[in-house]
Amino acid sequence: MQAPETFETPAAERVNYLNAQYGLKSWLLTKDHKRIGLLYLGSISFFFLIGGLYAMFIRLELLTPQGDFLSSATYNKVFTQHGIIMVFFFLIPSIPATLGNFLVPLMIGAKDLAFPRINLLSWYIYLLGGIITIYALLAGGIDTGWTFYVPYSTTFSNSYVIATGAGIFISGFSSILTGLNFIVTIHTMRAPGMTWFRMPLFIWAHYATSLIMILGTPVIAITILLLAFERLAHVGIFDPANGGDPVLFQHLFWFYSHPAVYIMVLPGMGIISELIANFSRKNIFGYSFVAFSSLAIAVFGFLVWGHHMFVSGQSVYAGMVFSFLSFAVAIPSAVKVFNWTATLYRGSISYDTPMLYALGFIGLFTIGGMTGLFLATLGVNVHTTDTYFVVAHFHYVMVGGTLLAYMGGLHYWWPKITGRMYPEGWGRFSALVVFVGFNLTFLPQFIAGYLGMPRRYHAYPPEFQVFNVLSSAGASILGVGLLIPLIYLIWSMRYGRRAEANPWHLPGLEWRTPSPPPTENFLVTPLVTWEAYEFAPPEELRVIGVFKEDESLENADAVIDGRPT
Amino acid sequence: MPESASTYSPQVDALYFYLSGVTVFFTLLISIVLIFFVVKYRRRSLYEIPRPIAGSHKLETLWSVVPFLIAMSMFAWGAQIYFHQYRSPKNADEIYVVAKQWMWKIQHSTGQREINELHVPVGRKIKLIMTSEDTIHDFFVPAFRMKADVLPGRYTTQWFEATKPGTYHLFCAEYCGMNHSGMIGSVIVMQPTDFDNWLSGNASQQAPSVAGQQLYESLGCVSCHGARGEGGRGPSLVGIFGRKVFLTNGQTLTADESYIRESIENPQARLVSGFGPIMPTFQGQVSPEQLIQLMAFMKSLQVTGPQSPSPATTVAPPAAAETSRAPTPSAAAPTPR
Repeated sequence: MQAPETFETPAAERVNYLNAQYGLKSWLLTKDHKRIGLLYLGSISFFFLIGGLYAMFIRLELLTPQGDFLSSATYNKVFTQHGIIMVFFFLIPSIPATLGNFLVPLMIGAKDLAFPRINLLSWYIYLLGGIITIYALLAGGIDTGWTFYVPYSTTFSNSYVIATGAGIFISGFSSILTGLNFIVTIHTMRAPGMTWFRMPLFIWAHYATSLIMILGTPVIAITILLLAFERLAHVGIFDPANGGDPVLFQHLFWFYSHPAVYIMVLPGMGIISELIANFSRKNIFGYSFVAFSSLAIAVFGFLVWGHHMFVSGQSVYAGMVFSFLSFAVAIPSAVKVFNWTATLYRGSISYDTPMLYALGFIGLFTIGGMTGLFLATLGVNVHTTDTYFVVAHFHYVMVGGTLLAYMGGLHYWWPKITGRMYPEGWGRFSALVVFVGFNLTFLPQFIAGYLGMPRRYHAYPPEFQVFNVLSSAGASILGVGLLIPLIYLIWSMRYGRRAEANPWHLPGLEWRTPSPPPTENFLVTPLVTWEAYEFAPPEELRVIGVFKEDESLENADAVIDGRPT
Repeated sequence: MPESASTYSPQVDALYFYLSGVTVFFTLLISIVLIFFVVKYRRRSLYEIPRPIAGSHKLETLWSVVPFLIAMSMFAWGAQIYFHQYRSPKNADEIYVVAKQWMWKIQHSTGQREINELHVPVGRKIKLIMTSEDTIHDFFVPAFRMKADVLPGRYTTQWFEATKPGTYHLFCAEYCGMNHSGMIGSVIVMQPTDFDNWLSGNASQQAPSVAGQQLYESLGCVSCHGARGEGGRGPSLVGIFGRKVFLTNGQTLTADESYIRESIENPQARLVSGFGPIMPTFQGQVSPEQLIQLMAFMKSLQVTGPQSPSPATTVAPPAAAETSRAPTPSAAAPTPR
């Protein structure tokens, strides 16, 4: 039997995007989407560590029912800043700005994004927003909760609301620019033969995400502006003392922040589609349904914001409409889960680290999605909203969903990004540790929540302690599970085994160029003649046009011929 | 399961069990199928390429429609419970709740005041009328499975009927600043006889409706609305709560706490049809608690005998108002809002 794949790594010292230029300036002024992706990777990892540090303080405080580790004022700042950093500076940019930035052009056969300078600008804007936010945290912090509910945030809070708001406001523009760049790139820069329905589902997911970024982000920008006006000039928009309406703020806030959940999770779903298909060597079951479900989620996601407000005093009838629509938006997600599962049927499934993360994602996202139905159900929402049930639910979606997908994607494309393999054994081990630690952290919170423990409580009645101790124990395991990859990924950048161009033996375009890719991504513009996830028989897979004019093809052939059969 | 102490709790718990059952079923289904596939179809040789399967519209339809139907059953059941919960029964005893950073101030219609404690009898319907003095709070009693935001400048209500004597947690469930987690209290459910004893033991205080009457007189409301609220230059206040009110702009609304509050603080916002904009604003002169007392007084006003229905009473709409309510944009209804 012949080897399934095509060519091995050409000379490792060949010119690629990493060694094409050296020096700080070559990074800070780069227009290469791959380098910008790495700049983002570094900065969001930094914010993730800060957010994680805050999480650690929260879990330490909640070990005991008394508020004895931090003061109430500090605790309130800690959970607020955990939320703000994680949501606005990690989860929202995480997958699109790093992996999306790196891979969208590679996966559609383009040389770069449509607007390379705007891409670099978006990183600087993100950084500026981040620095202003960090300044706000250092200057004294913010204690409004990441939701900024008025009139507390406009009138009663004495913390750095406007500085933090400015940071979020500014970083929102980086989101808009990234979305714009993706949409134009996907429309205009696909390689010949890369039709819409040959695009990997990762691209469909990013297309849908970009739509939300462009349409939704301006709304949060406006909302923050109004909030700042009211705080500075006491214009009566939200505070009833000045004739405003506090519920209006909640409408505006969730009009963005619910779709923002899909900004976080849709790219994750895109990664999972890639991992499930590629690591079982199967085309995705029901490709077009999975592709269109991303768009459906993007559209319907804008119509369900009111389900955050069932007890806020909004009309009962509005509540019913929002409840109905929330159930409707759950269906495309459910179908994705079924389709992923069906993709595995009669596949050739490997247990590599990325696949372990993908399988974990399906399990956790199922729980996260199903508990979302509890919250969409009006009668149950009244009891569970604003309790730890909600906290558990959205961590299942955002950590169990987005973070696991991000980790899976990072491992999957790591050889392409760095040209080095991560240590597989450590990878599998830490994936397992993350899965166990995560469940131990957040499963008990569902119970505590249904028993009535309110969220954002610094001290709590002693009967809830057992759940909080379990949670804190789980969080330490989860923390270790996330630190291990941090260490070995950095280690592997220097000491990892050199990766071939196509270490996983896959048909996708990004695997038909060397690892790491040259600055212009492909030596010859690729011509796409295959469907997404088309695993041709091994002998056909050898024929690849990408390297036709490349000398090294001779070497590649030799390696393949020399492979044990 | 948390303690269950209201007529509403078992309904929520039943639905919760249903949802949990469905969740466990689907999570297990997916996990088992997933694990089965992952083990059965594990990669046995580096070079194997499985046969592609395009998909199946039949299967996809099946697993779109079945979850949709299940979701609709959850929706309908949940909406029904919610609707029931949000329609306060007519015969409920009213208790006023004023929230502020970081305490609950509660007053019974008989005058007893409590702080961070609420005493209620078993088996009687209780309606809470709630407002806040500063930021948003949320009145949450897990044992009753009930929760509602308490907003400044607005009145929200919720009702319950306790079923089991005992002491239960009262939490503020909407983050409200530094001492949010200290804004807790207890709801003490008592047998009706114990409750009556408790009431008489604390009976020295003035009922809110009496305090409201004094305010009504001292603020000078009498001069336009009449000593017993019968109306005059201003509209009648007798039986105002729940009544349909016809406005000068052609709209109608049902008078409730929020409308009354608005009419006191900003009288020109929504004028009753047939009256001039002569009422001064009382914004800043009446605290939320005093507003509640005024409302309690208005609620205590009885329809006494045959009134002389001046055009002021507005109970019977003029025909013009009827027509201007038609959805067609009628030029007859200017809207000076």
